[in-house]
Amino acid sequence: MYIPDSTPRASVYYNYQIYPFQTPPELCGETKRYSVVIVGAGPIGLVTALELAHYGISVVVINAEVQVSHGSRAIVFTRRSMEILQQVGIAERMLNKAYAWRSGNSIYRGQCVFRLEAPHDEDDRFQPLNNLQQPYVEQYLVEQAQQNPLIELRWGSKVMGVTSLPDHAELQIDTPEGEYTLSCDWLIAADGAKSTIRQELGLRMEGASYSGRFVIADIKIDIPWPTERLAYFDPDWNRGNTILMHRQPEGIWRLDYQLPPNETPEQALAPDSLNARIQAQLDMVGINAPWELDWCSVYSARAMTLPDYIKERIIFTGDAAHMLPIFGVRGANTGFQDAQNLAWKLAMLLNGVGSAELLVTYTSERVTAVQEIIAEASKSTRFMTPPDHGFRLVRDAVLSLSLTQAFVRPLFHWRTSRPHDYHASALNALNDDNAQFINGPALGMPLQNICLAENNYLFDHLGAAFHILYFTDQIVPKSILDAIKALQNQAIPLQLLVIGKTQGLPDHDGHFAKRYDAQTGTAYLVRPDQHVCARWKSLTADKLTAAVYQALGQGAK
Amino acid sequence: MSQLPLVELEAVYDALAEALNQVGTEQESLFLTKLVFLLANQVGHQAQVEQAIKTALLDLQ
Repeated sequence: MYIPDSTPRASVYYNYQIYPFQTPPELCGETKRYSVVIVGAGPIGLVTALELAHYGISVVVINAEVQVSHGSRAIVFTRRSMEILQQVGIAERMLNKAYAWRSGNSIYRGQCVFRLEAPHDEDDRFQPLNNLQQPYVEQYLVEQAQQNPLIELRWGSKVMGVTSLPDHAELQIDTPEGEYTLSCDWLIAADGAKSTIRQELGLRMEGASYSGRFVIADIKIDIPWPTERLAYFDPDWNRGNTILMHRQPEGIWRLDYQLPPNETPEQALAPDSLNARIQAQLDMVGINAPWELDWCSVYSARAMTLPDYIKERIIFTGDAAHMLPIFGVRGANTGFQDAQNLAWKLAMLLNGVGSAELLVTYTSERVTAVQEIIAEASKSTRFMTPPDHGFRLVRDAVLSLSLTQAFVRPLFHWRTSRPHDYHASALNALNDDNAQFINGPALGMPLQNICLAENNYLFDHLGAAFHILYFTDQIVPKSILDAIKALQNQAIPLQLLVIGKTQGLPDHDGHFAKRYDAQTGTAYLVRPDQHVCARWKSLTADKLTAAVYQALGQGAK
Repeated sequence: MSQLPLVELEAVYDALAEALNQVGTEQESLFLTKLVFLLANQVGHQAQVEQAIKTALLDLQ
């Protein structure tokens, strides 16, 4: 019998709410095959559930705990994540609480040797980076899921075992009222870095682990500084090591400090050591204020991924699929892109309009993206926590030079998470006019947001469908409207968005057309995850139909 | 690639020796690594710098 801890977690800033276990039908003698079961009600599992529900797919979400997570979880959400979270309906709530920011500082010997401002486009609704503690994000997602009749949340239900079969998967689940078996056509593992499902199946991740260990501590303290990333290299109180500081809502600051080699997590988390080191950092930066610890843990960087995110009917997402270094905010921000990539493909397959090949592109597109992220993250990690003598020496040489030599300072760039560009995807149109465009999002890239009017942006008009952005000041040709209707009649979710000076999405001054290098007749075909899969200088009905089939993995039709 | 005239090479020889003596063994590696970065930036060619690194790896015993 599994009894979850139903005492609200202790926190100096967040009030935990208990979501009680409820008896499932399986413990009342019913058996049923479910279409989709998601294990893990963290940010990635819940975004996947909410996205699937947008396409009319029913989902059961299994979670061992009866409350949202605690501890040193995600705090920085990128613009791309905000765009994804807007689609699942929580962006506005997040913005009411989050701290937006864009500047990062690298400090060595008391001098700011590198300062980077993440670019902010006047057409973007969201700021480059937004700080909010993960429990709030999870709470907003839970409340959104609770309102959705297609989503069933099962709290206090712990996965004990999993069986993978060619046409379905079975979960052994333990609960406060006993064990039961849950069968499903598709199982999504969103159960985090220590994924029970990954371990039960004996799947191995590939990549590198870094020996440098960090303490991550969240403290409540009043520091009158703006929200910016602060990275301190080789400070006097912690020679050779690196410290990060991030401001969070509710008067919380996160301190990450690297430990001397050979120190154990137990030694590092002993109250005396913890207090002395946090105080040393505060003393160094000249902050004399009382503080209180909320949470601390020990972390070491890993840059690893499963080589394939689909095994028979089991699909891995987020940290269950890959573990990425924290430097550069790549955990949750990468996972949201997994969720958004997976949901529409699985939904199209289940709704009978996408092929099995379509779902396979989830793994090909996301493994490629994650390998690219790992290459970038590894560069940052080697700078933040040099893994060996050679990397330490070159890093220290750069630190020393950075005080006087501007040319080395860009090496401090922390390479923040950015959306992957699916330029080589099998879902992209075979014959479009991509190469002829001089502006606008290229084949495989996510759309660039456009400010249409005050508090009115392009992304506000996107939903759970393919979209055709069609630029014209005239009427849309009947052949194109007929082609759209024919595709819609096959249950393909496809929405036409006309962009013109006097119709559709307003483009009075031609700004939108200019940014997208569009003339009358220009069109972009956009996947449900907002990535461009075809663009034409002058759209024809045949080209549109062929590109939609291509994007559904039905290229041969 | 340009070459140093002998008289200039001899001057660099002396200057490097004096700097190494001044630095001492503990900071020697750090000093030399900084020097490589500075010279690499002046050379301005990745391939030439990498070739020099390879050449310096020869005959170390």
